[in-house]
Amino acid sequence: MSATANQAARQAFAPNWAARAGLVALALYAVYAMAQLDITWARLATGFGEAGRFLARMWPPNFARWELLVEGLLESIQIALLSSALGILLSLPLGLMAARNLSPAVLAMPTRAFVALCRSLHYVIVAILFVKAIGFGALAGVAALTIASMGFIAKLFAEAIEEISMKQVEAIRATGAGLGAVLLYGVLPQVASRFTGFCLYQLDSNLRNSTLVGIVGAGGIGGTLFAAFKRFDYDFVAAILLSIIALIFLAEVVSGRIRAAMR
Amino acid sequence: MSAPSIAGSAALAREWHRHTPAERIGRWLVWLAIVAALVWAVRTVEIIPEFLHDAPEQMADLLVRMWPPDLAHYYPSVHAALVETLHIATLGTLFSFILAIPLALLAARNVCRNPVLNGLAQLLLVSSRSVNSLVWALIFVAVFGPGAAAGTFAIAFRSVGFVGKLLAEALEETNPGPLEALKAAGAPWGSLMLKGVWPQVQPAFWGIALFRWDINVRESAVLGLVGAGGIGVVLDDAINFFQWERVATVLLAILAVVIVAEIVVTRIRARLI
Repeated sequence: MSATANQAARQAFAPNWAARAGLVALALYAVYAMAQLDITWARLATGFGEAGRFLARMWPPNFARWELLVEGLLESIQIALLSSALGILLSLPLGLMAARNLSPAVLAMPTRAFVALCRSLHYVIVAILFVKAIGFGALAGVAALTIASMGFIAKLFAEAIEEISMKQVEAIRATGAGLGAVLLYGVLPQVASRFTGFCLYQLDSNLRNSTLVGIVGAGGIGGTLFAAFKRFDYDFVAAILLSIIALIFLAEVVSGRIRAAMR
Repeated sequence: MSAPSIAGSAALAREWHRHTPAERIGRWLVWLAIVAALVWAVRTVEIIPEFLHDAPEQMADLLVRMWPPDLAHYYPSVHAALVETLHIATLGTLFSFILAIPLALLAARNVCRNPVLNGLAQLLLVSSRSVNSLVWALIFVAVFGPGAAAGTFAIAFRSVGFVGKLLAEALEETNPGPLEALKAAGAPWGSLMLKGVWPQVQPAFWGIALFRWDINVRESAVLGLVGAGGIGVVLDDAINFFQWERVATVLLAILAVVIVAEIVVTRIRARLI
């Protein structure tokens, strides 16, 4: 036994058999899963041939129907703005209620569960449910993205509030201030800059998501995109995709600037 | 004697302002811009008042129709779709790593010294990230036809940008010391990577893999809505046939898988890192 131990110690880079076995297991799983999902080389080969034809039909991008494009993009921006505003407004009380250092456990636990529920369903699924319940259009998109925003920023708000120093809060309480004053002068100054950061981040991500909810009929450029796909208007699809990417890129640049200015 | 004290108290009595006038105008302009944007959005967004009016009733009606969930429907059709979703997520993550590792090596400025290749790799990573997974799914449905293959590739291509960016950042943060030592010993490139770089990026690597797998489980649940396989197909069918009890079953199944995936990932991460 000591002989093998010595040998292993002498070898500078001993082979890691556990890792190798893990790699083999992963490769076997990949083969099994590919068989299960019916992914074969023949299919991939025809697929890549199709991809060439597909790309050829996308070029050049067709901006002839730019009015439709601008209309869709503007609606997406509107959905993003409204859902961010509503989501932030609703998240402020929710975040406070979910913070375990300021609210009693009776209130914090159900709020945390509700926020987790908002977060765990994908926003497109929520959008379908809203489309079925309240009809096609921007309203369903706003509602779905509001739910998604609540799930994310209420959680971040709660975490930020839980990290504050309780000394200021106690000092304000000691002066006999009411709940409103404690929140305004004891809690808010400590979390305001992080809250602004979260809000900016959420606006950015809502803008990305609002270009998509239209695929299930919840308004915005996604509906135009899906319609163009269904009619095999691939040059218009390319135009829409390019403008979505440009919009998101622009938003990223702007929010990066704002973030740099705030520092 | 009294004159300086009066002057001193006058200086003290001067009102203190937290912000300079320029800052106040700046803040005021930011608030104005936010309010103006919201007013513009509210006034021009196309919301049909009748829809808004009876929205609460309609939501309540939908929830009533969903109750009780048709749990008998779970086996076998929902179960099979759920397993397919997990396969799509896992295989997609695996494929994305195969594509992302070379791109990350090219994008990391300390591994690849050529700025043109760095820029090209960064461009590919950014374009992968800026197209949403559902849009990738639409593209791959057009390429491969409907089915799980399209979903797997959509997940893989969407994840490449995310994984590649984080891996490249981890690579750039490595300590050059071990690499230099290996280089001085005359080790070939493969050994440099395997014994000099890999041990340093390993924790970040597993962290990224777990994080992305968790996201992919969520994302692959919706790919079926555009025909790219998984549980989304079952959900779409149930919604199109207005079988709301079945919709509730599918939603509960998705919820359960998402929560289980999150718990599994947190457990493994706590053990690994």
